[in-house]
Amino acid sequence: MTDQIKPSPVLDVRGLQTVFHDTQGAWPAVDGIDLTLYPGEVLGLVGESGSGKSVAGFSVMGLIDPPGEITAGEVLFRGEDLRKKSEEELRRIRGIALAMIFQNPLSTLNPVLRIGEQMTEVLSEHGHDDSAAAASLAVESLRKVGIPAPEQRIHQYPHELSGGMRQRVAIAIALLGDPAVIIADEPTTALDVTIQGQIIAELQKLQAESGAGMIWITHDLGVVAELADRIAVMYAGNIVEMGPTDAVLDHPRHPYTLGLLDSVPGDTVPGAPLRQVPGNAPPLSQRPLGCPFHPRCASASDICRRDMPERETDAFGRSYLCHHPVSQKVDP
Amino acid sequence: MTESSLIAADRPATENAAESADAILEMRNLSRVFTRQPVLAETLLKLAGRAPDIPVLRAVRSVNLSVQRGEVLGLAGESGCGKSTLGRMMTGILPASEGTVSYEGADVATLRGAALKDFTLGVQMVFQDPYSSLNPRQRVAAILAEPLTVHRPDLSRAQINARVDAALEEVGLDVSYRDRFPHQFSGGQRQRIGIARALIVEPQFLVCDEPIAALDVSIQAQVINLFLELRRKRNLTYLFVSHDLSVVRHMADRVAIMYLGEIVELAPTAELFADPKHPYTRTLLEQIPSVRNRKRSFSTVKGELPSPLNPPSGCPFHPRCPAAMPQCSVDAPQLQQIAPGRTVSCHLYDKDKTLT
Ligand SMILES: Nc1ncnc2c1ncn2[C@@H]1O[C@H](COP(=O)(O)OP(=O)(O)OP(=O)(O)O)[C@@H](O)[C@H]1O
Ligand SMILES: Nc1ncnc2c1ncn2[C@@H]1O[C@H](COP(=O)(O)OP(=O)(O)O)[C@@H](O)[C@H]1O
Ligand code: SF4
Ligand code: SF4
Ligand SMILES: [Mg+2]
Ligand SMILES: [Mg+2]
Repeated sequence: MTDQIKPSPVLDVRGLQTVFHDTQGAWPAVDGIDLTLYPGEVLGLVGESGSGKSVAGFSVMGLIDPPGEITAGEVLFRGEDLRKKSEEELRRIRGIALAMIFQNPLSTLNPVLRIGEQMTEVLSEHGHDDSAAAASLAVESLRKVGIPAPEQRIHQYPHELSGGMRQRVAIAIALLGDPAVIIADEPTTALDVTIQGQIIAELQKLQAESGAGMIWITHDLGVVAELADRIAVMYAGNIVEMGPTDAVLDHPRHPYTLGLLDSVPGDTVPGAPLRQVPGNAPPLSQRPLGCPFHPRCASASDICRRDMPERETDAFGRSYLCHHPVSQKVDP
Repeated sequence: MTESSLIAADRPATENAAESADAILEMRNLSRVFTRQPVLAETLLKLAGRAPDIPVLRAVRSVNLSVQRGEVLGLAGESGCGKSTLGRMMTGILPASEGTVSYEGADVATLRGAALKDFTLGVQMVFQDPYSSLNPRQRVAAILAEPLTVHRPDLSRAQINARVDAALEEVGLDVSYRDRFPHQFSGGQRQRIGIARALIVEPQFLVCDEPIAALDVSIQAQVINLFLELRRKRNLTYLFVSHDLSVVRHMADRVAIMYLGEIVELAPTAELFADPKHPYTRTLLEQIPSVRNRKRSFSTVKGELPSPLNPPSGCPFHPRCPAAMPQCSVDAPQLQQIAPGRTVSCHLYDKDKTLT
């Protein structure tokens, strides 16, 4: 995307905070994040298990149930704050304008309904009353996600399909409303690289046709490198670094981003020890004071143990949360 | 090609048949089928003398493979291709339907007494899921002591305790953790416990079945480093099963690629990645996402892994193969040696087609 003709974001998230309550208190799983998503772009959201990626996705969709609670922030969809909408309005918007795809497609598919029935049900919610037209629309959208012989598949139940086929069906259903924002939460993590490649290719094609903005949640840096225009790195509920893919991956400023990149085998000498981030991510209720990464960070100093860093933005449009950012190496 | 030349073909370039004594584990024509239990109607048909057709799933099909002492052999392929089934047969957890597994030169099916114990203890398994492979109601110390109390009655309680502590230290866990339960650990720590449990009986050979697949990236690196260090310190041999080819590339000396129950290519790691021969291997390598690539349009492989209940005729890869020829849907290719230490099962490499 060129800077001169930057359209307005389709999604603009500001200061979003979501906590989980327990007997000890309220623990922020998402701790005041800012995100923008432009039409037609892919924003990769990466981070370790428990860092808050899924909670961030659900919070944007307004799908947080007790003991969770969205406690602060705005979710501006085409300029309107979704947090101010009634549950009824939100449900309508979710069906057609915002769509979410999950790692386990069985969580969204109804096991006792045939594929075709599930799809026509969704279509009738979207106001398609003509059942014959709905049926052919269902077949058409299955074809679009690369399902062979969709006329036969609509008569099958979810358990009769392979994992890859189920995920395609879930995607076809999510895309029935032609959404402007797609949040894909690890949709290919459970699949083989071959099937992952197929599904990413289909989604890329569909997205290019529709111009939707897509947030792709994953812990696989390789996938976002190949897919995303911009990358946001989450750690302990914060977006610790965000920016254009090249800037973040080639010249990371946050020590955690660098640590993640270094720990991936790839350009490494086979058999040599990998550089590793020591320790584990802290559980929700035991996040340290100051910068939450400090117990695992080689650059940590006193100020890191005391104060949360302020967000800095650089000339590449990349921002980061760190008192002692990684120096910009001059690459050959 | 004779059976013995097929087997010799999978040895590394430096080996020759005379040195086959250096194979720690050898598989010959190893197969495993699964049949489901007949339903009532089928049992009745059978009683009436009309044999029903219960589908047979051929999970592993006639594998010939030898693992050399001290090497890391990587095993990769799509889910359902038979990696775990092969690995379980190698450890003796799962009996073979056909063929043999030899440990230190002896067919394990014939082992008795001390020799059987050598095999049972010498080959250990590390599982993918550190959550379900540990008993949630046992403390770590008990989990680690159990194999010793079962197999080493010669050891005193104090000796067992000392070994438990040593095993914890070896995998990088504090000995104060010995009284905790599995749920009190993170995924990476649980996998360390799984590794400690395998190591405590001092095995020669570890079958590692997707041992890091369930872990986060930064924790994966920690566990990979642990495997590398243990191999060096203890001179271990590994079968390292993973569908993540970047990990296989980092860990393995040789790589076997599996498709629908068969080994379709075997090569030294560097050669396999630099110059994959089998069309399926090429396809897999193209699909590895890399942090070096940017904004790729994902090319795609056709279709999915066919059901092992109903495998395609001829070459099992032919319905998806970009290089398929008319012959491929009819004749099944044989694993053949194409260079020292390199074997591949594909008609593209048939040298003299008049002989086949
Ligand atoms: N329903 C819930 N009740 C209590 N805590 C929760 C709940 N859902 C999530 N959390 C906590 O919120 C934090 C963020 O969880 P989230 O599921 O967003 O992580 P994630 O980054 O998506 O991880 P993964 O990679 O494992 O999917 C975690 O500490 C998690 O334990
Ligand atoms: N106990 C079993 N009973 C029936 N089928 C099985 C059993 N174990 C494995 N299979 C089947 O054998 C094939 C190979 O499985 P597996 O070895 O687990 O593959 P991988 O480890 O490569 O994913 C699959 O089709 C699987 O469904
Ligand atoms: S703020 Fe300090 S502890 Fe946190 S990442 Fe930066 S250097 Fe490390
Ligand atoms: S034998 Fe034929 S179908 Fe099979 S991999 Fe080789 S070229 Fe492809
Ligand atoms: Mg998640
Ligand atoms: Mg398996």
